[in-house]
Amino acid sequence: MSVKTLMINGQMVSASEDQTLLDVLRENGIELPTLCHLDGLTPIGACRLCLVELAGSNKLHPACMTRITEGMEVTTHSERLVKYRRMILELLFAERNHFCSICVINGQCDLQQMGYDVGMDHVRFEYQCPAVEVDASHERFIMDHNRCVLCTRCVRVCHEMEGAHTRDVMGRGGSSRIITDLNQLWGKSGSCTGCGKCVQVCPTGALFEKGRSAAEVVKQRDFLVYIKTAREKHLWIQ
Amino acid sequence: MQQIVIDPVTRIEGHAKISIQLDDAGQVADCRFHVTEFRGFEKFCEGRSFREMPAITARICGICPVSHLLASAKTGDALLAVEIPEAAVRLRRIMHFGQLIQSHALSFFHLSSPDLLLGFDSDPNERNVMGLIAAHPELTRSGIRLRRFGQEVIQILGSRKIHSGWGVPGGVKTPLSAEGREAILGMIPEAMQIAIRTMDLYKHTLDRFHEEARFFGSFPSLFMGMVTPSGGLEHYDGKLRIIDATGALVADQLEPARYQDYIGEAVETWSYLKSPYYKPIGYPGGMYRVGPLARLNVATHCGTPLADAELAEFRQLGRPVVLSSFHYHYARLIEILFCLEKMTELLEHPDILDENVRAIARRNRFEAVGALEAPRGTLFHHYKVRDGGLVTWVNMVIATGQNNLPMNRAILQIARHYVKGDTLPEGMLNRVESGIRAFDPCLSCSTHAQGRIPLQIELYGADGRLCDRVERP
Repeated sequence: MSVKTLMINGQMVSASEDQTLLDVLRENGIELPTLCHLDGLTPIGACRLCLVELAGSNKLHPACMTRITEGMEVTTHSERLVKYRRMILELLFAERNHFCSICVINGQCDLQQMGYDVGMDHVRFEYQCPAVEVDASHERFIMDHNRCVLCTRCVRVCHEMEGAHTRDVMGRGGSSRIITDLNQLWGKSGSCTGCGKCVQVCPTGALFEKGRSAAEVVKQRDFLVYIKTAREKHLWIQ
Repeated sequence: MQQIVIDPVTRIEGHAKISIQLDDAGQVADCRFHVTEFRGFEKFCEGRSFREMPAITARICGICPVSHLLASAKTGDALLAVEIPEAAVRLRRIMHFGQLIQSHALSFFHLSSPDLLLGFDSDPNERNVMGLIAAHPELTRSGIRLRRFGQEVIQILGSRKIHSGWGVPGGVKTPLSAEGREAILGMIPEAMQIAIRTMDLYKHTLDRFHEEARFFGSFPSLFMGMVTPSGGLEHYDGKLRIIDATGALVADQLEPARYQDYIGEAVETWSYLKSPYYKPIGYPGGMYRVGPLARLNVATHCGTPLADAELAEFRQLGRPVVLSSFHYHYARLIEILFCLEKMTELLEHPDILDENVRAIARRNRFEAVGALEAPRGTLFHHYKVRDGGLVTWVNMVIATGQNNLPMNRAILQIARHYVKGDTLPEGMLNRVESGIRAFDPCLSCSTHAQGRIPLQIELYGADGRLCDRVERP
């Protein structure tokens, strides 16, 4: 594997060519917020929080989807990027109904933490306050669409890890919804194995175990890399 | 016809105004207490899981969040249909006592003491907690420390002073640590000393308030409160007792879950606060009072030595029933003593550090009621849920609502006695407000301490002419 050299925020860095820019940034201690990205799942560049500037390009590029190239010049925290990241988070908060104080994942939520990280002390956009349903039909889990940011981690983990493909996305724009099978109640799903992986990877309180009250949910995500590595190296077959 | 409007009423918890109607002769014809804020919790809780309800409903109030938290958790217990671990019951009681102490201390020291110790007619610029600290530094500081004690108890148990989500359906989230127990026990002697000293001071000043005691809402009414099986004072889990103004039992050992059988809720167009009444008598004749005064009136005893001694003395104020709402203040001080004594008792229980504090169960019922005695009186939470535990209907009967009819009656009595003609001495209007403060109404999660809120009162003649105007800086 060949090694590439690139400039990140004026500092020269070397990395392996098969790495994404996000991997390289994190290796070098540069943190970028991410919501749709999760180690172990295929990146999709949906949340746009990890956007960076590349010299010679007018576009902004999602670090999670960008392969490094020789001589690449990267800026991660320009004034424009910081402004956009905060704006994206504000739009996410304004789109549905996020009330951290009474949420099951208060204190452990990725979305909430990112709000703190970017200094989001208020939302400048009008709250949409949509009437959104809560699906509590499953015996063990609840899907609260009020708190969903459409990151599709649940869709990907169900397809890529569990192989059930119970979840998908329906609709477009603000009316998009994560659905179960062909848009039926979760409790009625014929394909769901009840493994709970979707619950663990969800970055917010949209998916959680029944019986939890406010601030009681802690997500366990280490299993993802473990399963993926074991599968790729055929550890179970040996 | 002339109208005087006091808007907003200061040094109460929430937003309200008072309107006084004068007839053509300048005499008070009517007086009303309007709650002008709208919250809507009963509506927007629909669709949420009942397990989230304790944390959501705790947000109703910043002063008494624990009362809602625990009433909601009790409703959740009933939906699960479980008996929660005994240690959880004891811990909930301790937190509830912490809540009662801090809320009563706030009402007595921060909100009402400026009137009681500085005088109803004192300079309104000084008649607040800052003025109080200048005139009575030691007493005011000790009041603040007593409130702090209550808040510390809540924090030790529930990790935070305000809006803890510690109470959950089935019990509580975390047990009490040995260090936490020692910390609370270590603070109790000072809190007890403050409570006793304040009680002595208050009893010595009581002679000055003969007139207020006569006119600050002294009238016959029913009284309702929770009691133990033997009729003792109870705040967390008991049956309800209702007595009349002669002390006669109207109803006893009523099941709180069946509150709709005996409590009706009337709605008036001039207030967002409902007006509950005792159904068998009807509206508005079935007016009843709740809260510290009502609890001491309905209870046969407290069950702790210091509180029982004080209760015996308190009973001398009116036999067989203390009718004046002014004595809510006195009743609060007795309850603080009771809470401290009971808290010590509970903390010394051998199983108080038991780690089994939560019963695990699924929803087993579709409808349930949870009730307890909040600082201001009986509080009911009533939920209906559907499959999956999502709430479809909520009704909450709040203590302050149950005192709505008596509060209106009290300010009418005060206005009739003190308001005359078409001029408005500031101290006179302060007495009308104080009539409300005696009930310590909790109208929202916001507080208005210090009397710094601009208060405007305008008096209009029948022809719309402005007769007089008072403005509080």
